Amino acid sequence: MTEGEPLFRLDWVLQHLDMLWQRIGEHILVTVIAVAAGFVISFGLALAVRRYPFIYGPILAISGILYAIPSIALFVLFIPITGLSLLTAEIALVSYTLVILVRNMVTGLRGVPPEVIEAARGMGYTDRQRLWRVELPIAMPIIVAGLRIATVTTIGLVTIATLIGMGGLGYLIVNIGVQRRFPTATITGVVIVVLLSTAVDLGLQLLQRRLTPWARAHEA
Amino acid sequence: MTSSAAVVTLDHVSKRYGPAGTPPAVSDLSLTIPAGEIVVLVGPSGCGKTTTMKMINRLIEPTTGRITIDGEDVMRLPAVELRRRIGYVIQQVGLFPHLTVAENVAVVPRLLRWPETRVRDRVEELLDLVRLDPATYRDRYPSALSGGERQRVGVARALAADPPLMLMDEPFGAVDPILRDRLQNEFLRLQAQVRKTIVFVTHDVDEAIKMADRIAILQRGGILAQYDTPDAILAEPASEFVSRFVGADRGLKRLSLGRVRDLALTSPTTARVGEARADVRRRLDEAGAEYALLLDESDKPIGWIERRDLSGDDGVTPDDATPGSPTLQPESTLRDALSAMLGSSVQLGVVVDEAERVLGVVSVDAISEVLRAPAATVR
Repeated sequence: MTEGEPLFRLDWVLQHLDMLWQRIGEHILVTVIAVAAGFVISFGLALAVRRYPFIYGPILAISGILYAIPSIALFVLFIPITGLSLLTAEIALVSYTLVILVRNMVTGLRGVPPEVIEAARGMGYTDRQRLWRVELPIAMPIIVAGLRIATVTTIGLVTIATLIGMGGLGYLIVNIGVQRRFPTATITGVVIVVLLSTAVDLGLQLLQRRLTPWARAHEA
Repeated sequence: MTSSAAVVTLDHVSKRYGPAGTPPAVSDLSLTIPAGEIVVLVGPSGCGKTTTMKMINRLIEPTTGRITIDGEDVMRLPAVELRRRIGYVIQQVGLFPHLTVAENVAVVPRLLRWPETRVRDRVEELLDLVRLDPATYRDRYPSALSGGERQRVGVARALAADPPLMLMDEPFGAVDPILRDRLQNEFLRLQAQVRKTIVFVTHDVDEAIKMADRIAILQRGGILAQYDTPDAILAEPASEFVSRFVGADRGLKRLSLGRVRDLALTSPTTARVGEARADVRRRLDEAGAEYALLLDESDKPIGWIERRDLSGDDGVTPDDATPGSPTLQPESTLRDALSAMLGSSVQLGVVVDEAERVLGVVSVDAISEVLRAPAATVR
């Protein structure tokens, strides 16, 4: 910290609103790409597990190992291949979402009561109709719960992506705040990350309630 | 309601889960299930009753043999198309928790792409049929229903597309005995209206006797032990196995199939309150009877008067009668009638109509006569 520099300068924040919005925008974009890609890949894997249950063990093992690799290491590992690019950041971010999303999707699909599946078969749903109209809606609360955790985790991790030049709120926290010893930027960045995580978490929770009114009746 | 019923035939059907050589779950089973009847498949666990039922809608496919519905081989149709034409009810009901009652009932009509207005009308009609007020229940989710209500919705859902055939796998197995009895009665009343062909699986002999027009008793390995009306099975079990399976009290069970109205009633010697005792004595002498039935002014029975209590010349008073003689309704089962009569001092049952007026009396002898008669082939 520079001598005489106060911990927090509101005037700086107010003067740099445009830049803050830009960083927030970058942050959200990187997050959305990661979560969306992770969701699509996980969904494919979960459907594969639904059909071939024996592949679940290996999938969990691999995604678990990916999850255990520190994010910086993963970035560094891919820089020689994909450079300091968005792709490098996304490869790391997506691989972290897999373990959470796949596990919740499979748990959700496996949680559909067997008598419900038997009734659906006996009434003449095709396999695809049963998946989309019965199993996925019933698994929805658990799938969205996984999506919430994955999204909040990713919002946090995107902060680190600034190290490979991805900007976002990490730029405020690390590049401006830490490297230039300007605590106002760090505090502002951290507060925005926390607010963003909370807002997104709350939004997804509301979305889930809206989508699954029957689950609320069950809680009551 | 318009509806048709299907004839189902099983022609030398076998199912083997393992490779050739392993013992089959169902062995060379041939059955004809007549249109509009309730046929109950019953037997101990491992007898293949559920396997047999599921082969009809191809949830399980037979290893050999042929199953037809109205002459059409079930293997000729795509499985989902076949299943949409067959009602299906299971023990755990399996309502879709994310759909309302109305949406649950509408599942098969929507799979069949009925126009929305027709679906809505049909849902209302069915909820009425199973005695659930549409306005109250239409928009509820299954989690807000009681066990009995869920089961009713399950039946309505199975009937939705007016299938000529329903398969029911222990449909009342998961509810308490009192509720089960009520649901059984409701279902029988419903069936009297809709007249579907119904294949009903249970392990409970009493339920089979109560529900069935015909019972198929299966023994381990899916071997058909006997296929006949409940009365015929109880009167003449075809084998030691059937006899043991239906139980040592099969005579009593047979009585539960008969009703008091099926018996010839006899007219008792009667007396009225206030009548001279001498007159009653004279009538008893003429009839050669020991007891007279005392009636009040509106022909309601008060109780039996024994001859030796009729000395003197006063009028008969209600205190002269021994109260507690059982009264029976024409709808009472013979089993209930016998039980009531055995518990009373005069072993005669007084049969009364809805206004409690005496229609006649039945004796224990008349009931045991029924058991000696040969079985009726059709109930």
